[in-house]
Amino acid sequence: MFTIGLGHYLTVGAILFVLGVFGIFMNRKNVIVILMSVELILLSVNMNLVGFSAALDDLAGQIFAMFILTVAAAEAAIGLAILVIYFRNRGTIEVEDISALKG
Amino acid sequence: MIALAFYLFAFILIASATMVVTSRNPVHSVLYLILAFFNAAALFLIAGAEFLAMILVIVYVGAVAVLFLFVVMMLDIDFTQLREGFQRYAPFGAVVGGILFLELLFVLGAWQFSTDAADLRLSPTPGGASNTEAIGRVLYTDYIYLFQISGLILLVAMIGAIVLTLRDRKNTRAQSVEAQLARLGQVESLNPALGQGVATADILRRKLPEPPPPPQKIEHGGHH
Repeated sequence: MFTIGLGHYLTVGAILFVLGVFGIFMNRKNVIVILMSVELILLSVNMNLVGFSAALDDLAGQIFAMFILTVAAAEAAIGLAILVIYFRNRGTIEVEDISALKG
Repeated sequence: MIALAFYLFAFILIASATMVVTSRNPVHSVLYLILAFFNAAALFLIAGAEFLAMILVIVYVGAVAVLFLFVVMMLDIDFTQLREGFQRYAPFGAVVGGILFLELLFVLGAWQFSTDAADLRLSPTPGGASNTEAIGRVLYTDYIYLFQISGLILLVAMIGAIVLTLRDRKNTRAQSVEAQLARLGQVESLNPALGQGVATADILRRKLPEPPPPPQKIEHGGHH
């Protein structure tokens, strides 16, 4: 209980992951909050990687977490750019309206 | 003491993550997201990953969250309309989330390291170096190709975001290089002596084209 180990980090990561998934379900219409939930999920993955890295004394986990951070930043930039042009074209960001590519 | 700090930061992290997904106003969501990132950085610090903690604060709080904030405030969105269905989806999301969490707990309870996990480490922490130095040593040797590819990913993301959001406005004044180059005759090229530069030629001025000759007056003999 009073020594912080791997299990604590994995638990926090699991709770964060579940919160992210829950957020995607809750905010079905709001793309911005969905993107934020995805960020939370990526943060929980980073939490797991850092926990394992600390427990095993292995740096690979931290380096992977850094690459995940890079990709998450790129994803956020592209996603928000798509959001901006979508809003410019349609005047709304409701997810259920985004079906123009449906055959 | 460390345990107390861990529990405090973990509690604030989870509470603010909950507020991110349930908050009524997306601006508040982004602010809670920033708080969550700060607390996650503190947890990383407790785990001994100082460099990642600082990167998390700089990249996530400084760039990504501020980007979110810009977009939320820039777009004029009716958020109350987007809240419709919130109650309807909540039980479904709670069930799915609960099942997922139970599964994760089962995995956590039944799981253990393999006995030779210590031998299978990909890049053991080099001794006698701080966290940042150790990451640098490993990242720039074993993972150099991944590092370069991640740089390329960032470049593509940057160009993509610019290409997506750039729009040509008709009534702005911009420099048109082609028009400038095509405006007057041709471009001169000089051949100055070595080491002299073009200073001896004084300021280069292209000769203006000859003004067109004035229209000749043609006398018709004064019959008017």
